[in-house]
Amino acid sequence: MVENRPFLTMLSHLVVILGVIVIAFPVWMTFVASTHSQETMLQSPIPLLPGPHLLENYTKVLTEGYGRVGSTAVTMTLTNSLIMALGVALGKIAISIISAFAIVYFRFPGRMYFFWAIFVTLMLPVEVRIVPTYGVVANLGMLDSYGGLIIPLIASATATFLFRQFFLSVPDELTEAARVDGASPMRFFWDILLPMSRTSIAAMFVIQFIYGWNQYLWPLLITTKESYYTVVMTVSRQANVVDSVPSWNLLMAMAMLAMLPPVLVVVFMQRQFVRGLVETEK
Amino acid sequence: MEKRVTFNERWLPYLLVGPQMIITLVFFFWPSGQAIYQSVLIEDAFGGNSKFVFLDNFINLFSDAGYYASARLTVVFSFLVAAIGLAFSLLLAVMADRIIRGATAYKAFLVWPYAVAPAVAGVLWGFLFNPSVGIIAWMLQGIGIEFNYVTNGNQALLLVVIAAVWNQISYNFLFFLAGLQSIPKSLIEAAAIDGAGPGRRFWDIIFPLLSPTGFFLLVINIIYSFFGTFGVIDALTKGGPGHATNILVYKVYNDGFRGQDLGGSSAQSVILMIVVVALTFVQFRFIERRVHY
Repeated sequence: MVENRPFLTMLSHLVVILGVIVIAFPVWMTFVASTHSQETMLQSPIPLLPGPHLLENYTKVLTEGYGRVGSTAVTMTLTNSLIMALGVALGKIAISIISAFAIVYFRFPGRMYFFWAIFVTLMLPVEVRIVPTYGVVANLGMLDSYGGLIIPLIASATATFLFRQFFLSVPDELTEAARVDGASPMRFFWDILLPMSRTSIAAMFVIQFIYGWNQYLWPLLITTKESYYTVVMTVSRQANVVDSVPSWNLLMAMAMLAMLPPVLVVVFMQRQFVRGLVETEK
Repeated sequence: MEKRVTFNERWLPYLLVGPQMIITLVFFFWPSGQAIYQSVLIEDAFGGNSKFVFLDNFINLFSDAGYYASARLTVVFSFLVAAIGLAFSLLLAVMADRIIRGATAYKAFLVWPYAVAPAVAGVLWGFLFNPSVGIIAWMLQGIGIEFNYVTNGNQALLLVVIAAVWNQISYNFLFFLAGLQSIPKSLIEAAAIDGAGPGRRFWDIIFPLLSPTGFFLLVINIIYSFFGTFGVIDALTKGGPGHATNILVYKVYNDGFRGQDLGGSSAQSVILMIVVVALTFVQFRFIERRVHY
């Protein structure tokens, strides 16, 4: 800082701490709710500090699940979410990195058409064209399958653009050297380009993992079998069932489990996360 | 930008763009084409027969008061989400930027809401404001405010806005902080030497230099509140009570899947597509300028 103003520094700390508290409060209350018994959670006001039922609640949702509209063990929905998130992240990276490679390192007829075809997909989120996309997936017989959960979501341009941007910054001398040494294009890709792209791949992975994990509408529409339910959609489904007495403790334990993996990814891969966010917007 | 050195292969590049092109064609162009095609058809309720009606679906839409109400609501909603979200995150970013010691720790505490699914964010806030057990609803009752988002439309809208802002706050914060940190310290020091206090420096130097970031975030937040908030709304209010939170993207889904009005829903899809394309265009035009401000 340019000058020493203890009062302003104090104020800054105070404001940021208040902000952190406000932002963390919903998650704190969710955690608290997940550690009490059902009876405690039915009295208003509910407690503000954790109770003794943490293990019991989490074991119950993980093994039996919880629900008034068919309960699915959370271990299973977590596994499905993990498969979906990994599939979306890795699938996107795989198809994008090779198409970016083709567009940057080759001259071929129709190249610009491909480029623009990919570019327009940048514009339309799946929510906008949800009804016809559902129709296409149903026609292809991909409802209730991991393929149906994953493949339609990996068609997106962000990753292609990120890798294109990165490839353009790779010095031409490397390509020349590889060509002089007689390396084939794929050899160049595997041995030089791919190792160099590690940080971009990691940044992309974090962003797309979160994107895949947090999908809601898509799995909600195309899965009817419980064995394909993802954790995010079950949390919201159960929360939406009115009547009967809700077991807030179990529902909130489920919500905690649904949040935990992506939050851990962001917290532990913070550098890659920030990089990914900033770079996908370039 | 083009590469000077390239490879000469006849078939390999097609093989490489192939997977992405196939997926784009099947899951992007085909459904988008379908949406446009269906938007000029009326399908009878039992399926099977459909009739070409040209622009009738659009005309119906534009003569439907409900559609205007939903469009107006979407504008109000996105204005609230963008304004509150940007103001709050700017405040946090400016304050965090002042802090030298412990700044990274604070950052770690502020970035994670991005990782929470919108649908889960909706459930969390719904729990806090739940009329029977919600702790905030209880506190509000203590000071004489009856909060029931299940029946009160305005309160439902407010709650959806809060949850949406919360979910987007870390994104805004990170970009504002990056923008603040890229402002040359020498400018601020020069102003300080000239006797400008922190408030003056903020409004006369930092704020104008931050405006490109702010404008970029404004567009992103509008796009987010138009389309990214589906999960929040579905988890919290399902567009209700009445139509109090039935924004356009939710209406597309509601009319298409619940109302089974394929033509009308497709026409809405087509209009939304045009809106997104326009917004994206604005964003790209702007990003070009952002590079050399």
